[in-house]
Amino acid sequence: MAIPVSYNLRNLVVRKTTTIMTALGIGLTVAVLLAILALVGGLKKSLQSSGNPLQVLVLRKGGTSELSSVITPANFQDMKFKSGIARTSSGQPMASLEMVTVIDLESVDAPQGINVTLRGITPLGIEMRDHIKLVSGRWFQSGRREVVVGESIGKRFPGARIGQRLHFGRGDWDVVGIMSAGSGATNSEIFGDLNQISADFQRPEALSSALLRVTDPVAAKALINDISNDPRLNLDAMSETDYYDAQTSSGVVIESLGIFVSIIMGIGSSFAAMNTMYAAVARRSQEIGTLRVLGFSRGSILFSFFVESILLAALGGLVGCLLVLPLNGVTTGIGNFVTFSEIDFNFRITPQIMALGVAFAMVLGALGGLFPARSASRKEILAALRGI
Amino acid sequence: MLRFLPFVLKNSWRNRRRTTLTIVSISVSLCLLGVLMAIYYAFYFTDATPSQALRLVVRNKISLVMPMPVFYRDKIRQVTGVREVAPYQWFGGVYKDRRDPKNMFARFAVEPDKILIIRGEMKVPEDQQKAFIQERTACMVGKALADKLNLHLGDRIPIQGDIFPVNLELTLRAIYDAPENNEALYFNLEYLDQALGLAKRGQIGTFYVLADSPESVPRIAQAIDDEFHNSPVQTKTESERAFQLGFLSFLGNVKMILLSICAAVTFTILLVSANTIAMSIRERVREVGVLKTLGFTRGTILSLILGEAVAIAILGGAVGVALASALCGVVRSGPAFSDDLRHLTIQPPVVLACLVVAAVIGLISAFIPAWNASRTSIVEALRSTE
Repeated sequence: MAIPVSYNLRNLVVRKTTTIMTALGIGLTVAVLLAILALVGGLKKSLQSSGNPLQVLVLRKGGTSELSSVITPANFQDMKFKSGIARTSSGQPMASLEMVTVIDLESVDAPQGINVTLRGITPLGIEMRDHIKLVSGRWFQSGRREVVVGESIGKRFPGARIGQRLHFGRGDWDVVGIMSAGSGATNSEIFGDLNQISADFQRPEALSSALLRVTDPVAAKALINDISNDPRLNLDAMSETDYYDAQTSSGVVIESLGIFVSIIMGIGSSFAAMNTMYAAVARRSQEIGTLRVLGFSRGSILFSFFVESILLAALGGLVGCLLVLPLNGVTTGIGNFVTFSEIDFNFRITPQIMALGVAFAMVLGALGGLFPARSASRKEILAALRGI
Repeated sequence: MLRFLPFVLKNSWRNRRRTTLTIVSISVSLCLLGVLMAIYYAFYFTDATPSQALRLVVRNKISLVMPMPVFYRDKIRQVTGVREVAPYQWFGGVYKDRRDPKNMFARFAVEPDKILIIRGEMKVPEDQQKAFIQERTACMVGKALADKLNLHLGDRIPIQGDIFPVNLELTLRAIYDAPENNEALYFNLEYLDQALGLAKRGQIGTFYVLADSPESVPRIAQAIDDEFHNSPVQTKTESERAFQLGFLSFLGNVKMILLSICAAVTFTILLVSANTIAMSIRERVREVGVLKTLGFTRGTILSLILGEAVAIAILGGAVGVALASALCGVVRSGPAFSDDLRHLTIQPPVVLACLVVAAVIGLISAFIPAWNASRTSIVEALRSTE
């Protein structure tokens, strides 16, 4: 027969100081783990939602980033009419030639300047990015020195508001609109007219990349092979999702640091939980004896103390979740080693992450509770009743 | 006070299991704190090595990936205090299989005779220097890298280009040994220029500048940036140390991440320690009564209990520091992306900081329970049934 769980719960309540302190210790460990997971999760989410599996990105052969890639308008004309490319309602191929570069914007928090991606693009290219919506203002007009800035840039740089001017390249640019890309990486980009920007940077013949929309996933594969193997083009094609996946690399370093720290803190907290449980066993010696006299078996006493330790730790896990919850949605920036510019993203505390945190805490509780529970179950009735 | 030391130690060793668990728990957390502080110390408190202190790096102000005109070199050379200027071009590229982290190492296109001057601390045998300077497709690697990849003089090293659309076929002609940055590959810039053809000539990623004395470094940096202030391509010049730290800040706010983890760890230790001390004092209220009957004053009892807590915490701290220096060994051999982490050790100031943190935690955690115990009246204490 099992000892009711309410017995354990009430025990935790009776020794509230000890319970709170132990749970808080475990909670902090869980909080560190969750904060790091939320950071990496936010970064991944931001980059992954940037890619569309039905779109193919074309870069120079061997190129890994739009920034170091070069495509000429002639190349673009050659691949525009390859089979598999979807058409717009007016029958144009859905293909966008773009120029990407990095500019240095200064802000109040970063007087040294922060690198921001600037993209020269055509109206068709914007249309192909379904996730991009104009939040306020209007799109830039072709032939004018106008730009539309991503939402998070608008928030971080006081100069990047509608009606203001940004200074980069060879002069000033009017900010005419703010766009949102949901949680995508484009939130940290600035868009302008392809012809204006490529002329300003003196690169009309050396653009960066081409984005192609395909009709279906099979066509995507065929098109990627077709372009990558075309000796005239000397270009590499890849699916847009794969391109952004490769950029999560800076998150990997932080993720491994976080896991390393959490495991070590976890070891420390499970020893602390063990201490608390041993003290509980020692103080409740007479209770254990009484339970045995009442007919509860050694097994159910073992199980009961084990459960109590896990409950204690789970409480800690919940505390940890509460501690990190205020971080949810907080915006932070991280350098991107592929584009050498900043990506802004939000900490994302998802139910999955929280469940993982509570599970981690329960593992710590289980590790810490096993030995004390075993020692409780091994007590002899008489000795236990005497309180030795 | 010292005559109570044996009493304090005996008391702390009374509940052996609890004391052991507490020490283990504190030491594991302090070990982590030690490693994090060592990393922080290595990044932000370590001075540049003597050879590093003389070097500056010039790059395009906008971003490291943007090149600048190669003719800037002559103007930089004219700044007073500049002893040598050398072009440094990051090549990137892929060696064999890019998925194996072992194959990720820095590759720079340089002028062979200049690199030997700029990085004067490198030790290269005379004949190897000559071979490296004379042969257009020669390359030089650090000893640590050569050992890791099992490379020998005369080996062919193919590098596939990614940033640059060329593939290199290099021959290993020299192996250098240096206290830092011992895992890089240098090859002839002329080879790269010829392979690229006319297209990319006239542009360079960075210049390394050698100053005549460490004191003139800030002045030179300012002078170079002023020189190009009104040019279409502006420059950013910083000391080599600052340049390396710039990479680190790219990972996000490393300082803040390290400090907040340290704070969380410290607070966790505080909780663990406070919990244990509180438990052990609660069990001993009656004993405190006895001590009082024997004539111990409140102050003495307070300091006895505090002493016990501090002793346990410091012992945990000492074990923690020992664990931390072992863990630093693991970090050193791990896939370190920064040269600072390759030489990570626990420096004396870090040891001191760990022990001080431990002692302070011991004091704080014991204070409230010890204060309460010392204030309990004799009658009440003797009556306690805990």
